[in-house]
Amino acid sequence: MIEVKNIEKSFESNHVLKNVSAVFETGKTNMIIGGSGSGKTVLMKSIIGLHRIDGGRIEYDGRNLPDMKMSEIRLLRREVGMLFQGSALFDSLTVLENVIYPLEMFSPSTKEEMQERARFCLKHVNLEEKAFGLAPSEISGGMQKRVAIARAIALQPKYLFCDEPNSGLDPRTSLVIDQLIHEVTHEFEITTIINSHDMNSVMEIGENIIFIEKGEKAWQGNKDDIFHVDNEALNNFVFASELFKKVKRTNQ
Amino acid sequence: MFCISFRRHFSKIANKNKKTDMGLLADTGKYILLMKRVFVAPDRGRMFFRQFPKELEKLGLQSLPIVAIISVFIGFIMTMQTKLNTSNPLLPVYTTGLVTRDTLLLEFSSTILCLILAGKVGSNIASEIGTMRITEQIDALEIMGVNSANYLILPKIVAFVVMMPFLVIFSMALGIFGGYFVGVLTTIMTTGDYLVGIKFAFVPYYVFYSLIKSMIFAFLISSVAAFYGYYSYGGALDVGKSSTNAVVNGSILILFFNILITKIMLN
Repeated sequence: MIEVKNIEKSFESNHVLKNVSAVFETGKTNMIIGGSGSGKTVLMKSIIGLHRIDGGRIEYDGRNLPDMKMSEIRLLRREVGMLFQGSALFDSLTVLENVIYPLEMFSPSTKEEMQERARFCLKHVNLEEKAFGLAPSEISGGMQKRVAIARAIALQPKYLFCDEPNSGLDPRTSLVIDQLIHEVTHEFEITTIINSHDMNSVMEIGENIIFIEKGEKAWQGNKDDIFHVDNEALNNFVFASELFKKVKRTNQ
Repeated sequence: MFCISFRRHFSKIANKNKKTDMGLLADTGKYILLMKRVFVAPDRGRMFFRQFPKELEKLGLQSLPIVAIISVFIGFIMTMQTKLNTSNPLLPVYTTGLVTRDTLLLEFSSTILCLILAGKVGSNIASEIGTMRITEQIDALEIMGVNSANYLILPKIVAFVVMMPFLVIFSMALGIFGGYFVGVLTTIMTTGDYLVGIKFAFVPYYVFYSLIKSMIFAFLISSVAAFYGYYSYGGALDVGKSSTNAVVNGSILILFFNILITKIMLN
């Protein structure tokens, strides 16, 4: 479980996060949603420790990140997997080598065991064997996302972060990626935090949703509640598309 | 009215200079802190030793063609120019060979060669690391718990520093060889006169001085380029800027350190 308490973050005079508190539960897909520029990416990067916060606590199962030394943060990060918006696969390595990489860095396993684990992870995300030897630039965006998920789960992380996992993907591939994230979260009992502004994703896998508006937590709940909330900012965000307006009318 | 406008203008310039000075100090501090992160034991030794030969090949061996071409041509033209500008019967016959040799040994094969390599290798390092930064590959390494500065930069610096003396010796040999061609291909001097000059009053310390100097320059080129690449942000345009900054600042540092090292080692 990850718990953030009263997080504050500013960039010079720009106060981006204002007293944000939230609980991200284990074995659930926790989603941070909000419009562009609302502060959700800053919140996620602050939770991971890529941004140093100005105040507050970020507790990974009771371990407060801001209190940790760099060496302790590095150890903690070995329990973390991350899926980046642009996949962030290493260009100089093949698909298989990308997944083996974290194992080579931190796993005491033999070469054969690492190969086996990497192949297992790649097959788990439904990637065909013939793609294993290809460079990241030679595969599609959807496949790159799947390789990134395989790399993120290779070291059996306790915490998984996904930054806009569906950006640049078609609706069908987005659905596949959403379901994969949901599946690995439940199968491996991971605390997953997904940063998204895709309402389809929210409705598909959102089990614990945090809505950020102008750097503040404006709402927290689940996908069943989201249509029945009396929160103007959230309603403007959720019902921005005609499809969701129709869903609301049907429900009423 | 004029006074107020002048004062405003002056204070603007003063503020700008203050900002630049602070920027220089801040950058120097950031550079030192980065080097502190680079020069630690690698997380996994075998990963370093896997990366190291790749960098030797990329930064060293792939620089051989440019080093060869430039050295031969400069050796040739330097000999020709020296001969044409010292055609005085009072000067001994060995003058041309001697001047060519000492210029190559003392300055060209270390300083000028490093200025050229600052362009090739510096931009290569800065753009490679810069692209990794803007495509979040460095963030991915950090999230995995890898010391990204150490993993990415250390093999490059060590490989380039190790490779540089070989490039310098290669350049010296080819430069002298290029000068020899003046005797072979033209009638302005004989190869015999050239070879007499090459062998005359040879000081082995010059080679040592040149090698030491080039190794320091190799460190400056690779570390400064890595610094600009590592702290790139934005998009492709910004990576281009980082690459340019790496080459410009690397070159300035080479010239500055050239004076310093020469003062220390040849005083």
